[in-house]
Amino acid sequence: MLLKKNAIAGTLESSDVQITIEPSHEGIELFISSSVMNLYGKQIKATVLHTLERLGVESARVTVVDKGAVDCTIKARVECAVFRAAEIKENLPWGVRM
Amino acid sequence: MKNRLRRTMMFLNAQKASLVKDAYVYKPDSIIFDLEDAVAQTQKDSARIALYNALKSIDYKGIELVVRINGLDTPHFKEDIRAAVAGGIHTVRVPKTETPEDVLAAEKEIEKAEKEFGVPIGQTLMMAAIETPLGVMKAYELAKSSERLMGISFGAGDYVRTMRTTRSAEGVELLGARTQVVIAARAAGIMCFDTVYLDVDNMEGFASEVRLIKQLGFDGKSIISPKQIPITHQIFAPTQAEIAKAEKTIRAIDEYAKDGIGVFTVEGQMIDIAMLEGAKRTIELAKASGIYEGDLS
Amino acid sequence: MINKAGRNIPDEFLVNGVEAFQGQYYSHHKEYTKASPTVRAFVDPGQDKVVPSLQEVIKKSGLQDGMTVSFHHHFRDGDYIVNMVVETIAAMGIKDITICASSLGDAHDPIVKHIASGVITGISTSGIRGSIGEAVSKGLLKKVAFIRSHGGRVRAIETGDIHIDVAFIGAPTSDAYGNARGKGGKSDCGVLSYSMVDAKYADKVVVITDCLVDFPNFPPSIEQVDVDFVVVVDEIGNPKKIANAMLRFTEDPRELIIAEAAAQVLVHTPYFKDGFSFQTGGGGPSLAVTRFLRPYMEKQGIKMGFALGGITKPMLDLLNDGLIRTIVDAQDFDLPSIASVNSHPSHFEISISQYANPFNKGAFVNQLDFGILAALEIDTDFNVNVVTGSDDGILRGAPGGHVDIAAGAKCAILVAPLLRTRIPTICEKVTTITTPGESVDIVVTEVGIAINPKRQDLLEALQKVKLSLPLRTIEELKEEAYALAGVPEKIQFEDKVVALVEYRDGTIIDVVRKVK
Repeated sequence: MLLKKNAIAGTLESSDVQITIEPSHEGIELFISSSVMNLYGKQIKATVLHTLERLGVESARVTVVDKGAVDCTIKARVECAVFRAAEIKENLPWGVRM
Repeated sequence: MKNRLRRTMMFLNAQKASLVKDAYVYKPDSIIFDLEDAVAQTQKDSARIALYNALKSIDYKGIELVVRINGLDTPHFKEDIRAAVAGGIHTVRVPKTETPEDVLAAEKEIEKAEKEFGVPIGQTLMMAAIETPLGVMKAYELAKSSERLMGISFGAGDYVRTMRTTRSAEGVELLGARTQVVIAARAAGIMCFDTVYLDVDNMEGFASEVRLIKQLGFDGKSIISPKQIPITHQIFAPTQAEIAKAEKTIRAIDEYAKDGIGVFTVEGQMIDIAMLEGAKRTIELAKASGIYEGDLS
Repeated sequence: MINKAGRNIPDEFLVNGVEAFQGQYYSHHKEYTKASPTVRAFVDPGQDKVVPSLQEVIKKSGLQDGMTVSFHHHFRDGDYIVNMVVETIAAMGIKDITICASSLGDAHDPIVKHIASGVITGISTSGIRGSIGEAVSKGLLKKVAFIRSHGGRVRAIETGDIHIDVAFIGAPTSDAYGNARGKGGKSDCGVLSYSMVDAKYADKVVVITDCLVDFPNFPPSIEQVDVDFVVVVDEIGNPKKIANAMLRFTEDPRELIIAEAAAQVLVHTPYFKDGFSFQTGGGGPSLAVTRFLRPYMEKQGIKMGFALGGITKPMLDLLNDGLIRTIVDAQDFDLPSIASVNSHPSHFEISISQYANPFNKGAFVNQLDFGILAALEIDTDFNVNVVTGSDDGILRGAPGGHVDIAAGAKCAILVAPLLRTRIPTICEKVTTITTPGESVDIVVTEVGIAINPKRQDLLEALQKVKLSLPLRTIEELKEEAYALAGVPEKIQFEDKVVALVEYRDGTIIDVVRKVK
């Protein structure tokens, strides 16, 4: 997956997560802040990394500002940010890489 | 499933994470994930991806899952359908349908998506939303246009303006459209649903409207707040008298059916085997409302 | 040692007669001699109790380093008294003071600087929130804090576990001799129940009012015979935050689902019969239960014998409509309740001892049929946490009357959402135990109802009924919470104990450690 520009997805509302993606060449750099860091920090990190891996993103600066989103929401926002960064608008790989 | 209880069909903004994750607690009969009017133009992709992930991860406990896709005149609807079908949506609601061609255009994309994602062809149902005068005129043709259609829905939103009038409490300006939609649905043998009630704080006004549309023959109502659900279910619940009559009908038909008799009299009332479906529906409604205490299964 | 609730209480705290929790009724029939204050007779009729300033009254009270002062929380978030008195104490250079408050809240954030500076070195309270809670959790308080229930505070004072040197009692009205009431002034709170024990057991009692009235200010909640000094200040608190103009029923659909199910459960237990007794607080879901209860009461011709609380207008409506016979009141949340207490012939002020003290000869909680309670966390043993945040372990809550009501009521019903944002309410093990599982009978969430296996009688009664929510085990509820939110990590604490959670009978049920 080739990332072409910076992109942001999600909101700062309760139960949501805002994901900002910037293309880079230094592997995955993750910056996570969360209202439930103590309880779910590890899981948030795992979900974000797993989603990026499935999409074939090898390099990016990813900022995660979490307000208590559940896993499927985190996955959805990461996917959205990635596709926006890659400027892919249709024919998404539903069920294949998602 | 084409034929099921759909007293309440609750709209949910697919982009709102906090609502999507556990909307099932409010127990509507159906949830309509909205990708259309509730979602900003710049967030259509986000809502679609959120919908797909919700469908894949969350157990909605047997509630029917519907998606309101964007209009056929937008660049979004095809990808909406792909995402929804890939996610396993039960029913696709097409907005602003006016002609059978509209329904068929959506159906074509649905079939393509079913093939692409390994969903049994024909499994995904549809509903057509009628929101314009032309749609009202074509209601019957719309209702008959596809085997996948489980129902048609009337949406008053822009309709009233196009009709050059305003919405009133009694709703006389919507009477024509409402009855037309019910008649068309029944003639085509499918279900019908009424428009949303926007004033979520006016529970009395809402209850009046639900009573009206129930009397008109609608199967259910579009809901925009969980507050509107219990009262709708209550109004659609059969009375004890109706339940008793239904039980009697079913038992009598069963009895007489053994002797091959299809029409007979019970306590001065004519009972005919055609009444069985209605009686069964009454019992089903009674059970769903939690008021059935008999032993018919 | 590991106590009966399964928590490890470090031996260093189990000294001088302090025991680890042994069970909710362990102390039944315990005998003790009550503590008593050192009182100074006021014989000369020519003397005056009114003192012109807080500073003077503190001087006159003889407050010195190392002493204990006390406050009530009838003014809730509108309270000015605690901050005023602590500021004055600090300005006078007095230090090493212990605060014995019935509760502390966000309004008291300003005293944190005095905790840091060593003016305040000890705290005993039910509620501990905001910056104070954070400060204690971070280890800034010199001495270990004591978290006590409302009943437990009275017990601790009456047994002498805590000795109050100077009680500061904020009063909406007082006469010059110290007869203080919760009514008749600019910032009414209705009752002064929490400070009645302070007035009887403190060495020196100071009444602080912003409305001096004619003598005698009768009937007094705090009596002249217990009061040493009276000070008049400009404002005792913010009336808008002391009493809500009117507390409304919640409109939140989730809370309504929970409340409706809780009411359904309640009416199908054997205790729902004419003359039943009921307690509820001012919070959303618990208050909403009264709304759903009403139709059942009307239909079955069942009246409430007494209501205990925490009183709000919805309870008054039931009283005025003849559905409640008597209200006994230890706290008023809104203006209608304030107006009603002590003027309606069946609406009475009681002391917190009468309400919930486990060590008197029988408090009102012992007579309760139903208690509707909230919770931050409930675990699969039905233990409840109402005092530390489940996401960070910081002190942020209050046992209040929770522990007392759960212990006393025949049927203690907990109402709570399954999750709060991502945080499971139902969990494997609560962060801190305030209320032991043996006191909790039923848990109602929006996805199901769990009955404590110890209550087979309730399980049988409720299995026969068609309820709006399914009966499930507490484990199933936990699994559902974890399935949606994910299994949470455990919060990490340091070893240092910053607060002891004292069960209502003085035994230690849990400890709170310093956050990392």
